[in-house]
Amino acid sequence: MTLLLDMRNVHKRYPGVHALKGISFALREGELHALVGENGAGKSTLIKVLGGVVVPDEGELLVRGIPAHWAGPGDAIRAGVGIIHQELSLAPHLSVAENIYLGREPRRGPFVDRKRLRDDAARLVAGFGVDIDVKRPAGALPPGEQQLVEIAKALSQNVSLLAMDEPTSSLSARETESLFRVVADLKAKGVGIIYISHRMEEIFALADRISVLRDGEMAGSAPAEEFDPEKVISLMVGRRMETLYPRTFREPGEEFLRVEGLSRKDVLKDITFSLRSGEILGIAGLVGSGRTELARCLVGLDGFDGGRIVVVGVPFVPRSPGDALRKGIVLVPEDRKRQGLFLNRTIRDNVATMKLLQGLRRGLFTDRAAVTHLAETSVQRLGVRCRSVFEPVFALSGGNQQKVAIAKGLAVTPKVLVLDEPTRGVDVGAKAEIHQIMNDLAAGGMAILMISSDLPEVLGMSDAVLVFREGRCVARFSREEGEPDRLSERVMAAATGGVAHA
Amino acid sequence: MPEEKNSILFRLREQGAGSVLLLLAVVLLLAAFQPGVLHGRNMANVLAQSAIVGVCAVGMTFVLLSGGIDLSVGSVLALAGAVGAWSCKVLGLPVPLAWSVALLTGTVCGMLSGALVAFGGVPPFMATLAMLASARGTTLLLTQGYPLSGLSPSFYTPGWASVGPLPLSGLIFLALALAAWVLLRRTPFGIHLRALGDNPETARLAGLSAPRLTLAVYGISGTLAGLAGVLMVGRLWSAQPSVGIGLELDVIAAVVLGGTSLFGGVGGMGGTVAGVLVMGFLDNGLRLLELSSYVQQSVKGLIFVGAVLLDLALKGYYRKGRSRDA
Repeated sequence: MTLLLDMRNVHKRYPGVHALKGISFALREGELHALVGENGAGKSTLIKVLGGVVVPDEGELLVRGIPAHWAGPGDAIRAGVGIIHQELSLAPHLSVAENIYLGREPRRGPFVDRKRLRDDAARLVAGFGVDIDVKRPAGALPPGEQQLVEIAKALSQNVSLLAMDEPTSSLSARETESLFRVVADLKAKGVGIIYISHRMEEIFALADRISVLRDGEMAGSAPAEEFDPEKVISLMVGRRMETLYPRTFREPGEEFLRVEGLSRKDVLKDITFSLRSGEILGIAGLVGSGRTELARCLVGLDGFDGGRIVVVGVPFVPRSPGDALRKGIVLVPEDRKRQGLFLNRTIRDNVATMKLLQGLRRGLFTDRAAVTHLAETSVQRLGVRCRSVFEPVFALSGGNQQKVAIAKGLAVTPKVLVLDEPTRGVDVGAKAEIHQIMNDLAAGGMAILMISSDLPEVLGMSDAVLVFREGRCVARFSREEGEPDRLSERVMAAATGGVAHA
Repeated sequence: MPEEKNSILFRLREQGAGSVLLLLAVVLLLAAFQPGVLHGRNMANVLAQSAIVGVCAVGMTFVLLSGGIDLSVGSVLALAGAVGAWSCKVLGLPVPLAWSVALLTGTVCGMLSGALVAFGGVPPFMATLAMLASARGTTLLLTQGYPLSGLSPSFYTPGWASVGPLPLSGLIFLALALAAWVLLRRTPFGIHLRALGDNPETARLAGLSAPRLTLAVYGISGTLAGLAGVLMVGRLWSAQPSVGIGLELDVIAAVVLGGTSLFGGVGGMGGTVAGVLVMGFLDNGLRLLELSSYVQQSVKGLIFVGAVLLDLALKGYYRKGRSRDA
């Protein structure tokens, strides 16, 4: 049989991250090949390479045996590759029909053949058994229907190869079913499909072949019959527990934060937990499971419509991050470049940002000496490697940037420190140092809430771990409950809804 | 949230219905104080006075829809008018050719700005601000600061003549707006342009060429500024080197009042026509009311603020309806 797609030894490096380490991947006509892996394992990069969005540093891409050298997405589209991206990427103010045929509008002379545009789009969409008015602006549709439009857009290209990145994440059960029918049709027509999903039921219902990515490498690839969910999960997670986590556990102290039945429409449902002095509480779950949404509620970035937050015994409704800061809750956000730091400013200015709300003043003016002193002690304490505190933050490595982002929060000596993905995109050495910092902070009595997609990290560092799925806390594991190895598979199973024994 | 309502708001914004309502409100309000506003001859007058801002506004609508901005239209207008008049008077070119030279001058200026944006990565604000300065400077160099007058009278026709009771310049504006509407709503170019301003990443993933679209958009804006320059020479019966200073702000205000977003993707030509007429009627009506020009300015300011707040309110409503990312 013809190999529809043959990727050979593909490498992609980003500054500080080796995202794909020699991936080889094959797809046959009419085959559905499931691609699984944890967040950050390299799935999205692989899809971007396939879609011509990212050019690989090394390796070869053959489509039907012919080497493909794509300079941009247009080339991939013309070669018959359709990609359904995970984030919705519609133009919200264009109509559904215009979105589906963007760049390939049917024409009549110099004009768009609007009737054909509408009719073709309507026919495609009707294939899903859903009633969508193709004249409506795409942005006015609910997310599930937008996702279907996204899929219709890929199908309209008469693709011979279709990659779907978590296509069901925002679909209802009925919409999912119609998607599966469409997928079966496509397979029958000989279209090769790459299907990325975290949902084990889907993967085992649909896949002919399963490949597992881990840390940019192919951890395993075989016909679906040779896998079962547990085996897939253990390949995803890997045996990486040998990394030492420097945690010295001790008896936690006073309760600093209690969350009771916290809910926010569509994103958080009935979240309850307690966090005490000296404790690290880990939150695991997939991206979009409600982890970041919880953090946002805690510091008042988003409101909540049910439940309550209690800080050191006093109910508290945070209205803004400044409000939360005054109560001693500080968030170090997940995206340090966009949310956590002022990249063009100096280390000194970054570290002082929050503290300046509280002091470092002399009369009406900033106490410049005190600011510099604060920055210097912070840099020393967290081991930030830099020439001086007057160096701009963009010049630092990812790990050192992250330390500066943490230092900014620590400057106000919070009771509760919320760390969202504290070691994402950070090299191994800096990661260990950040873990050491977290341990020292907990030992000093700080309460830490750690959101992380890195399972060994969550399990190695936390006193207890909450697992989120679809806005709910679906499982809770404490440190005593067992071997981190075994536990990590149970956490992944709970997060993906894969295996019932969580 | 009821989706249907959401969709109606979408349509209101897209089709400029909000600005048509604004136009009606402004006209009725002015007429309540000064019935003369509704007089046929006065309406024709408003149309004539709006034509120059209007022609530029048609071009500006393209630019804003694509996510850019063009601050240079006032200067380009002056330069194109001066070059046209100069080539008619000094070079002795026949009038139609001199008109073409004026338009072409606008096209070249626009495409220079566009090339800076598309290939040089210069922010539109800076690229067109630079063009604003250098086009004005070139105009002053060419004219040595003196008006060029005494051209062949037929050169003035477009800016001055009437067709029956209607001003030719106003008709040119309306015809252009109609053509532009067709271009925006009925051709692939229009869809691509709106896609680029709406979601550049989507446009890129769909294989569209952002540089080519950008170049075209600024080229259109420059060409229309050139045409406005010809109209201006016709209205003043001379090419004035200092004409059109600050005009870009009136143009942008008119387009934004017409419901086109400063951030791209949203809006259209119907709204722009309404926005231009709102500006025209405001100027005209406030003058007829014999308010002092100071008060006129303040009232205009208030109306702008009101219109923009309305725009934001609608947009906020729309954002809430969108899915949030994780």
